[in-house]
Amino acid sequence: MTSFSCDKHRFHREGGMMEVFPSSTVSLREFGCEQTLLSRPDGSASFVQGDTSVMAGVYGPAEVKISKEIYDRATLEVLVHPKVGLPGVRERSQEQCVRETCEASLLLSLHPRSSLTLVLQVLHDDGALLSCCLNAACMALMDAGLSMSCLFCGVTCAISADGEIITDPTAAQEKESRALMTFAIDSKERRVMMSSTKGSFSVHELQQCVAASQKASEKIFQFYRDSVRRRYSKNL
Amino acid sequence: MSLCCFHLTYRIAEPLEYHRSFLKENCRPDGRELSEFRTTTLNIGSISTADGSALVKIGNTTIICGIKAELANPTADAPGKGYIVPNVDLPPLCSSRFRPGPPGEQAQAASQFIADVIERCDQHVTTLCLCWVLYCDIMCLDYDGNILDACIIALLAALKNTQLPEVTVNKETCSPEVNLEKRQRLHIHKHPASASFCVFDDSILIVDPTAEEESLSTAHLTVVTDEEGRLCSVHKPGGSSLSREKLQDCINRATARQREIHKLIDKVLDSVKTAK
Repeated sequence: MTSFSCDKHRFHREGGMMEVFPSSTVSLREFGCEQTLLSRPDGSASFVQGDTSVMAGVYGPAEVKISKEIYDRATLEVLVHPKVGLPGVRERSQEQCVRETCEASLLLSLHPRSSLTLVLQVLHDDGALLSCCLNAACMALMDAGLSMSCLFCGVTCAISADGEIITDPTAAQEKESRALMTFAIDSKERRVMMSSTKGSFSVHELQQCVAASQKASEKIFQFYRDSVRRRYSKNL
Repeated sequence: MSLCCFHLTYRIAEPLEYHRSFLKENCRPDGRELSEFRTTTLNIGSISTADGSALVKIGNTTIICGIKAELANPTADAPGKGYIVPNVDLPPLCSSRFRPGPPGEQAQAASQFIADVIERCDQHVTTLCLCWVLYCDIMCLDYDGNILDACIIALLAALKNTQLPEVTVNKETCSPEVNLEKRQRLHIHKHPASASFCVFDDSILIVDPTAEEESLSTAHLTVVTDEEGRLCSVHKPGGSSLSREKLQDCINRATARQREIHKLIDKVLDSVKTAK
């Protein structure tokens, strides 16, 4: 575990290996995060999972366009920018997933007629991109100081051609897999908030992946806690 | 008369309370049970200029799908196969919530969802270095909730209705020759059908939501199953969390729905064949 700190931001790295059922292990790639790295947004965070890296910035609560305003809640807008090219149809679907997950966990009714903008920039994609976006989004929202009813984390599972479940797959593993699932798990009851799947799989495999994601999410939430504790602790 | 007016104003002023009062009695404002789908009707081959077409109505939601086939070079990552390009369009005609202009987030997210579901569903015959590309245009004519279900049914029915002309390669000119008279159907390997659900107040699950129910719900879920009982997609774009038991209930309901839809599509296709 390596870490270094300076006045403005803290960088925290950790890896994880854990046992879920006797027959398979849940392993996550080494992940790290950095908060308050940008000066202009109200909250920012960068999340790294293996080689996949996403940077998130949050602006808000700010003024909202009258056409978009909601009288009793804040309006959340999410923008996902890919590393190369303009945002396309795939990015729109990722934006919908991230936005609805954030809307369910943020206390939007505290900021009526305001806007919250969350911008996600993909720095490198080596598999598990949507879950890395979710993790970066959660850390950025925490950094911005927005009130949330629960935290959330993203976990990706891939089912390989021979039925093996791989959590946090690399891009090569994703390509070889016959099914790919991304879940967002909430911190209060470890239930599934968001699910986005691709490929064909059986109900039993779905249940196994959900269980594996719930186990992996515990590790990620512990990492969030440690990150924030290190950031706010006076002695390091 | 005054009681009727009161109900109408109550529905507009307090829509959530209005729906809650029905859900307490385990039914919905239009008289359906919590797990009941609206009447689904299907009409195929209505667009004569398209290679395949289908029109689906689930209650008031109306979706039309038209398929045009073209010859093109195959993509770099799948050199031996043809590909499908679905595009969902939600024009201002179908609902006042959509404004004219470039496609909004809902239309693009629906297009991506359908592309992910259909991706591994069928293969096309290729001729040397050319392959068939199917451009599927799915347009909503009337938006009353649950467009994803209707889009999947329309796309599947239109694909089954599609007849591709035969292509031979002229040996002298090395160019493809299309024979529009002889046509062959597509080989469809899987028959996916979807069921959409809505979560109310984080606890009550309802099937096939109308537009009003969708806007008041706290989460949406769409489960796509195929005829072998395998899942093609579990699409839940955020919202309140769901327990494992509720998810299992949804999957069971989706599997039952798949059988109904499969029977409907087969019945309609048979009736077209016998009519010819």
